[in-house]
Amino acid sequence: MASVAKTDPHHAGDAPHAHPPTSTGLNHRKIAVWAFIGSECMLFVSLISTYLIYKGKSLAGPYPHEWWCRATNTIAKSAAELGQCAPAETFKPILNIPVTSASTFVLLMSSLAMVLALAAVENADLPMPSGAWDRILRSSKTWLWMTAILGTTFLGFQAYEFTSFVHEGLTIRTNLFGSSFFTLTGFHGAHVTVGVLWLLALLGIDYKRGLKPADALNVDIAALYWHFVDVVWIAIFTLIYLIQ
Amino acid sequence: MATMAAPVSGVHAESSSPSGIWSWLTTVDHKRIGILYLVSAMFFFVWGGLEALVIRLQLAGPNMGLVSADMYNQLFTMHGTTMVFLVVMPLSSAFFNFLIPLQIGARDVAFPRLNAFSYWVFLFGGLVITLPILFGLAPNGGWFGYAPLTTKAYATGYNIDYWVLGLQILGVASLAAAFNFITTIINMRAPGMHLMRMPIFTWMSFVVQFLVILAFPAITVALVFLMFDRFFGTNFYTIAAGADPLLWQHLFWIFGHPEVYILILPAFGLVSEVLPTFSKKPLFGYPVMVYSGMLIGFLGFGVWAHHMFSVGMGPVADSVFSLTTMLIAIPTGVKILNWISTMWGGNIRFTTSMLFGIALVGLFTIGGISGIMHSSAPADLQQTDSYFVVAHFHYVLFGGAVFGIMAGIYYYFPKMTGRMLDETLGKIHFWTFFIAMNLTFFPMHFAGLYGMPRRIYTYDAGQGWELFNKLSTAGVILQGVGMLVFLYNFIKSWRSGPVAGNNPWGAPTLEWALPSPVPDYNFAHIPTITSRYPLWDQKADELVKSEAETTVGGRLKTAKELGIPMPFPTIRPLIAALLMSTMLCSVLFIHAGNLPLAMTIGIGSFLGLAFTLVSWLTSPLE
Repeated sequence: MASVAKTDPHHAGDAPHAHPPTSTGLNHRKIAVWAFIGSECMLFVSLISTYLIYKGKSLAGPYPHEWWCRATNTIAKSAAELGQCAPAETFKPILNIPVTSASTFVLLMSSLAMVLALAAVENADLPMPSGAWDRILRSSKTWLWMTAILGTTFLGFQAYEFTSFVHEGLTIRTNLFGSSFFTLTGFHGAHVTVGVLWLLALLGIDYKRGLKPADALNVDIAALYWHFVDVVWIAIFTLIYLIQ
Repeated sequence: MATMAAPVSGVHAESSSPSGIWSWLTTVDHKRIGILYLVSAMFFFVWGGLEALVIRLQLAGPNMGLVSADMYNQLFTMHGTTMVFLVVMPLSSAFFNFLIPLQIGARDVAFPRLNAFSYWVFLFGGLVITLPILFGLAPNGGWFGYAPLTTKAYATGYNIDYWVLGLQILGVASLAAAFNFITTIINMRAPGMHLMRMPIFTWMSFVVQFLVILAFPAITVALVFLMFDRFFGTNFYTIAAGADPLLWQHLFWIFGHPEVYILILPAFGLVSEVLPTFSKKPLFGYPVMVYSGMLIGFLGFGVWAHHMFSVGMGPVADSVFSLTTMLIAIPTGVKILNWISTMWGGNIRFTTSMLFGIALVGLFTIGGISGIMHSSAPADLQQTDSYFVVAHFHYVLFGGAVFGIMAGIYYYFPKMTGRMLDETLGKIHFWTFFIAMNLTFFPMHFAGLYGMPRRIYTYDAGQGWELFNKLSTAGVILQGVGMLVFLYNFIKSWRSGPVAGNNPWGAPTLEWALPSPVPDYNFAHIPTITSRYPLWDQKADELVKSEAETTVGGRLKTAKELGIPMPFPTIRPLIAALLMSTMLCSVLFIHAGNLPLAMTIGIGSFLGLAFTLVSWLTSPLE
């Protein structure tokens, strides 16, 4: 093994000004972002667990999937079951699955756009193809904008959802459901917001000097984060909205 | 000096790097950041020690009136919080920072500026928690701050606010550092430094970083809930709204138990460096030591509810957590066994460092055995919330973590400063600490078994507790004497101790191939490693360049002369850390009823932080 040491380029060749290659061949930032995502998993696991532990524990409505009569504090599977409850005292199920399905679709499509943005940056140096669709596929600006706009649309859905919930009588202070729901989805929304700002920063660079294959790593890391936030939403949508 | 085998070799590295306060505020050098952590943590150590002294003076006899019950609550809360988050964790961080790059053959950590950011965030978070005691406003809910006790309904003052905010800020510091070290260890090892050749301290640090990134989110979420409850009126811990009184306990201890291993594993790592060197033997069962460290980390996530046996979780949960707790004794016992086997038949030199290391093996075993007693739920019901528990965790955290770190300080002081600590004073320090430690904490076992509850600010005479309390108080005073000896030795030796040379202990790991103190670029060239103990097995010229190549005119060449690019010093991490702290602390004004001021400070800090981050990310690293 001693001879290895003698012939090793970092020992004999000695270019001290050059950074030694990384042990794994991966960029530092890529490893760090994976570690970060691992940590974020535990954050969302804690938030989602709390929501699920508190599910059905609220002493007052409104409730996620049930009808509620404030005057009698009764819960029912349908409005009819509430019987005599005065309309002003009747609260409908809060979660709006059709609308949230649409926003989930929007967020999933943003991940597709993100994949295309990364591909466009990776191929930026190849000769430009002739077909119109092929040219669109090669435009990183298009796909970064698309991702950011779809992400913002998702946030718009969330803003609409939050305000309508408040109008229907549910705030973060109302009950355990309100506290855990708004905190969980609010944290997710904050993550999407950070992602959108990140995408806008990449777009800023793209307009300034154009993103080149050398920048692919930067886009790749943003994409990792974006897909992670997307995957978290799939868990939230399934566990909080779909399962009653 | 007879105990130092290796002759002084190498030049004393006269620092060519800039000095002065500005250079420390802007430094991104992992070694300097390590020293900043060390000095700050020692300051907090004295602070937390003084709190313990007041606690013990108050308990010296029955019905003493040195402090009020409320002040006593603040003192024990801050003693625990300080020692866990501001002493043992940052002392470990000091060694992570200083040692990991040196041990794996790297020139710095993966993200030097993020590293500086971690330190400054830690410092500001520490100040947010510690300073309020000067105004009688310190956190007073115990170091594990059980909600709903800490919700606004039961804790109306600012006290808990400081605790919540300070811990959130400290969490950011730990997480940022953990991402940094994970990346550094995975990605910056010198050629030939395979995972199974890494020094055991780096291995234990590696495990700890994973514990940090997986455990801290749980307390972050618990604290976010508490913060929202206190400032925005949510219901997470409001029992009247149907909240589960155990939610906080579960979230806290899912963090809290891995935290125990976050505290102890670095000390285990340090001792695993010290014992082989002073026994002149390779570590016994290196791979088993690595695997048992990983197993401790893994099992550490499955034992949290043993802190909650008395809350009535039911027989199934109690049995499962009893069992996992007993299981974790196996890898820990393996470590004890391997340390003893390392020393067995070795050529032992009883330096101060070695004495602290050997003491850890014994004292941690005592604490570990009382820990196994707690693992049995019925036994724990008798012991919980009594001084027996206080005795237990001080044996593992003082006898374990602090003694391990002391072993590390005596061992690595020459590498950090280029000078030796005084061995005579060191031995006085060791024996005072060793005797005082046992004098303080051993009687607590009996006080506890005689029924003395923890966290009471005074007690009546005639319950059989007086003698034990007198002994404990005497022990703490003796610890104070030992600490003064240590601080005197530390300051005196830093200024005028004997010059150390590269490898004063004849140690086997890579960091000892470098000059002491280590030049800012660490390695003039990146070495190639072919052994787990390179300095015992490899030739010196395979590891470092000859002196002729690295020195000029009797001094070490600078990075510039060697053509090594160095990261620029920058003030941005400090500013970012400060603004992040003020941003979080702005919510204090919500408590004060001044929402506009809270918004102004919060949004102002956020904008400043965003501006600083843009400036940070767009400025070149080197």
